[in-house]
Amino acid sequence: MKPARFVYHAPATIEEAVGLLTRYGGEAKLLAGGQSLMPLMNFRLARPAALIDLNAIASLAYIREDDGQIRFGAMTRQRAIEFSPVVRRRLPLLAEATTLVGHLPIRTRGTIGGSIAHADPSAEYPAILAALDGVVVARGPRGERMLRAAELFRGYLATSLAPDEMLVEVRFPAMPDGAGYAFEEFNRRSGDFAIVGIAAMLVAEGQRCTAARVVTAGVGPAPARLRRAEEILEREGFSDAAIDAAARRAATLVEPDTDIHASAAYRRNLTRVLTGRALRRAAARLGGR
Amino acid sequence: MTDLASIRLTVNGQVREGRCETRKLLVDFLREDLGLTGTHVGCEHGVCGACTVMVNREAARSCLMLAVQANGLDLLTIEGLMKDGRLHPLQEAFHEHHGLQCGFCTPGMLLTALDLLQANPRPTEAEIRQGLSAVLCRCTGYQGIVKAVEAAAASLRSTR
Repeated sequence: MKPARFVYHAPATIEEAVGLLTRYGGEAKLLAGGQSLMPLMNFRLARPAALIDLNAIASLAYIREDDGQIRFGAMTRQRAIEFSPVVRRRLPLLAEATTLVGHLPIRTRGTIGGSIAHADPSAEYPAILAALDGVVVARGPRGERMLRAAELFRGYLATSLAPDEMLVEVRFPAMPDGAGYAFEEFNRRSGDFAIVGIAAMLVAEGQRCTAARVVTAGVGPAPARLRRAEEILEREGFSDAAIDAAARRAATLVEPDTDIHASAAYRRNLTRVLTGRALRRAAARLGGR
Repeated sequence: MTDLASIRLTVNGQVREGRCETRKLLVDFLREDLGLTGTHVGCEHGVCGACTVMVNREAARSCLMLAVQANGLDLLTIEGLMKDGRLHPLQEAFHEHHGLQCGFCTPGMLLTALDLLQANPRPTEAEIRQGLSAVLCRCTGYQGIVKAVEAAAASLRSTR
């Protein structure tokens, strides 16, 4: 299986790339790391008229920390994020999730912008965008706009990015000092897409839980924040009983599908089990423990 | 815009040139245009890992890159792993510990292990197993491969 014919472009600037997107009016695809798009093209499930390769735009790869925000150029490779001291210090949940993205030789090519724009609901980064209140910056012919996860993801492999817009940056506020966090996922083989994944973060003041985040991957058409489960922790703290109650509630909040990998009931059960595991690990890490 | 591209890259320390369709996959360019058939074509969608090569000193699937994307880059394939007529310590260890049977996955396995050990010279067994989950082997059951990578890690540390 080989890709069908396409016109290849490798622009040197973002402006050029956006110009090409505009010119092809939705018939072109942006090529970032290629770890999802190339398989689709090899199988001819995707047959874009043109390919706009972003790998020559060196200015799209960076990790910067300023003013409590960590900003990632869209073409920053997952392997760079995995080893970044800034990410380990300020966004340890992202660091942990990154080790679960595909396999080592996938992460050397795969990018943060590509993973988020591809919007696979069982991928880790879309869930992290939702869990850490991240935003993406989209650039189009009319300028830039910022979108949160809830505004960006529109269902399976679908986003609200316009055909002439490209994702250029991903921003996260630094996690609060001492926050507890964990990313739990279940799959048949290390590195495969998650059958279910749970991103969790807990923020505490003494014994009180001031903020909780529980976000799913793999149990619906887009990552979902389980607000009703988070509220149990914010009300009752992070005792075993509260964590069990939040995990049971989480399982009632999801609407998973049945597919070749797992039944809906199995995914619902995994949601409960993994939410419990993630919250227990997050609670154990509170205060930088 | 033409469908053909001229490509000039470094493979195993040598500058190589070729001209091919822009849709040609890197793995096919290596095999068909450069005659380097040591890199194997397996699943062609980034799952099996047989086609893994080093691109700018990092392991990457050559079925998920276009040949044109390798223009100007520095590649290492299995043909370049031996030095001065001597097997690389990873190759020695795979031989010693029965890290292969049919050999189809072996080039990808070796180059994945090479990146694994350069990033983490002292991996635990669990880290080795996680790293090598990137490459499918249907013969060995992985036991010999894991032993081989452990042995190669020790040997590479002692020669450093």
